[in-house]
Amino acid sequence: MNAPPRIRGGGAMVEFDHVGLRYGPDAEVLADVSFVLQPGSFYFLTGASGAGKTSLLKLLYLAQRPSRGIVRLMGEDVVALPRDRLPGFRRRIGVVFQDFRLLPHLSARDNIALPLRIAGVEEEDLAGPVGEMLRWIGLSERAHALPATLSGGEQQRVAIARAVIARPQLLIADEPTGNVDPEMAMRLLGLFEALNRLGTTVVVATHDIHLISKIDNAQMMRLEKGRLSDPTGALRYPPANRA
Amino acid sequence: MIIPRVPPQHRAMLAQSRMSGPTPWVLALLMLLTLLAAAAGLSLARAANGIGGAIAGRVTVQVVTANPEQRSIEAGRIRRAAAAEPYVSAVRAVPRDEVIASMGRWLGSAGGEDDPVIASLPLPELIDIDLVAGSGATQQARLAALVARASPGARVTPHADWLGPVAGTIRTLAWLAGALVVLMALASAAVVIMTARAALGSHLATIEILHLIGATDPQICRLFQRRIAIDCAQGIVLGALVAVLLIGLFSWQFAGVTAGLGASAAIGAGGWIFLAMLPLLAIALAALTARVTLLRALTMML
Repeated sequence: MNAPPRIRGGGAMVEFDHVGLRYGPDAEVLADVSFVLQPGSFYFLTGASGAGKTSLLKLLYLAQRPSRGIVRLMGEDVVALPRDRLPGFRRRIGVVFQDFRLLPHLSARDNIALPLRIAGVEEEDLAGPVGEMLRWIGLSERAHALPATLSGGEQQRVAIARAVIARPQLLIADEPTGNVDPEMAMRLLGLFEALNRLGTTVVVATHDIHLISKIDNAQMMRLEKGRLSDPTGALRYPPANRA
Repeated sequence: MIIPRVPPQHRAMLAQSRMSGPTPWVLALLMLLTLLAAAAGLSLARAANGIGGAIAGRVTVQVVTANPEQRSIEAGRIRRAAAAEPYVSAVRAVPRDEVIASMGRWLGSAGGEDDPVIASLPLPELIDIDLVAGSGATQQARLAALVARASPGARVTPHADWLGPVAGTIRTLAWLAGALVVLMALASAAVVIMTARAALGSHLATIEILHLIGATDPQICRLFQRRIAIDCAQGIVLGALVAVLLIGLFSWQFAGVTAGLGASAAIGAGGWIFLAMLPLLAIALAALTARVTLLRALTMML
């Protein structure tokens, strides 16, 4: 196993340089996307359905390689990165999928514990953080429930807990509040903000424009037909850097 | 490690249902046939070697002189002369009773001195001569010359001339059985490859999540390899048990055969050890095949 990647001193968390993405022979779903995400910043990614938000997130969480352009993550060009080095980067990225993607045969507790187990954490060291996370998302009583028996909102909370339990450096969330009530949405956003204060770079894709006003110093990126219309986040604030 | 060690909590990352479908049953059948073919091959090889060893240095001399008294004198002369040669290890005059019994079987008569058919035949004097180990054509030629001097009309027949083709055929059959074992090993490997690919296909969503969370290919591979190896091992052990029962039954039936091919066709202790090794090798082959297939397939994913 390779050593975990380190961000080069003073470097950006993410750099996209004229990135394009196409699936097969079709037209590009992302075209000439260039932006820089600073460590410790909070970003909202907005855009209409089909604008390319999920494709952009896939590039961010290394589920896809771009068709062209350069993607740097934590200072390293990940486009040409050998496969055996990808897990080291992925362990430092937390992802909340729009469709949750919980493993259906695992309980809520085991789904949340998954990133720690994969990272090699011993079983006796799991109980504390997993229990704490279950308490925080309000599912301690349902720790052993399978995803199929959980409501959509509960599944989403489990998915978020799974994404953040390993304290990722980059947290990517695709519509994380889409299936929860407003109160839970605010609690989840509060968690993201707390993680952000601890240094985690957060990228939240959302349709909910009202969420953006809830986070101080958050920046907004807007995708329109595969192109980034506001790469600097100047719609609201100048680029923030809390690193 | 044939069956990788995976902590129970990690095993649960894959759904607990068996992932190999009918593969264990197919492997059980292939293992059964492999062991039967291997046992047949071993028996045939031992029989061929037994025949080869028995006939390699043996000749039979027929003294066919018409006058019985002269025939007997010439036979005695050949026996004495042959016994004095350094390349001859044993000389045995075939008793007249034995010759008559053999003739009786061929002629379909009751045999014995009183049989009028046999009594009317001029039976030859037969002498079995064993040459020392390592003797070849030169020694046989010298023996033939010796016999010709002692009895000009006598015939020298090396046993290899008439039993050699039989031994050769049996040896060919043994090689064919060996080839069958190899082919069935290849078929088993193909079954495991298909199983591994199918298992990956049906767990694609799980694999994708594990990858995105940071699991390495060897980590994911170990999960699948363990499950497939256990499923395959169950099938192989089942097939091996049935095969052992059948081979044991055949061996028990052959135990009563004390002459001819049957007597030399027993598998022997070495054969049983070889047969016992085959299921272990098959399990190792299945696990290795699964590992290579899984790792190659995982490499195709991002």
